[in-house]
Amino acid sequence: MSDNPVFERIEENIKENDVVLFMKGTPVFPQCGFSSAVVQVLGHMGVKFKGIDVLADPEIREGVKAYSSWPTVPQLYVKGEFVGGCDIIREMFENGELTEFMKTNGVEVNLQDAQ
Amino acid sequence: MPMNPGDIERLIKEALPDATVTLEDLVGDGDHWSATVISAAFSGKSRVQQHQMVYQSLQGRVGGELHALALQTSAPTS
Repeated sequence: MSDNPVFERIEENIKENDVVLFMKGTPVFPQCGFSSAVVQVLGHMGVKFKGIDVLADPEIREGVKAYSSWPTVPQLYVKGEFVGGCDIIREMFENGELTEFMKTNGVEVNLQDAQ
Repeated sequence: MPMNPGDIERLIKEALPDATVTLEDLVGDGDHWSATVISAAFSGKSRVQQHQMVYQSLQGRVGGELHALALQTSAPTS
């Protein structure tokens, strides 16, 4: 498993960036409702993140699923750790857990007013 | 090729025999499901681990044959 060269690329990204979202489309133009929902949550929290468009990179698209044993995209990583997909992120955001989690991990949170 | 809800429930229960599975067809196309799964096997597991257990029970169908499965998992409260 660890000799999979894609895993190295994934690890580089999630180690060099505190918050990484593997998603379909880009943060500005998400191409899937689930990816868009996570982008909205992060935007609402004012959390800076790196978005990686798996549609632009089929190798990463398949690789990230194997990497986390998680069958779907989006996937959110904080400080190199897989946190969850859309359902988990939404649930954690709604009950306030995600804000706490980010703060515990030293990620800056600036909650934005609802638009 | 949408999946039949009976098959979804059966596969989850084969892996988690005590599970209570509630399925909801989110948009009425038989292809976007929401599942609430309650099983004692989830106690002490993280949310990610709980979802991974359900994905494993569906043997690679999530993201493929089963296009979308919104999941909510929990251990029974007693």
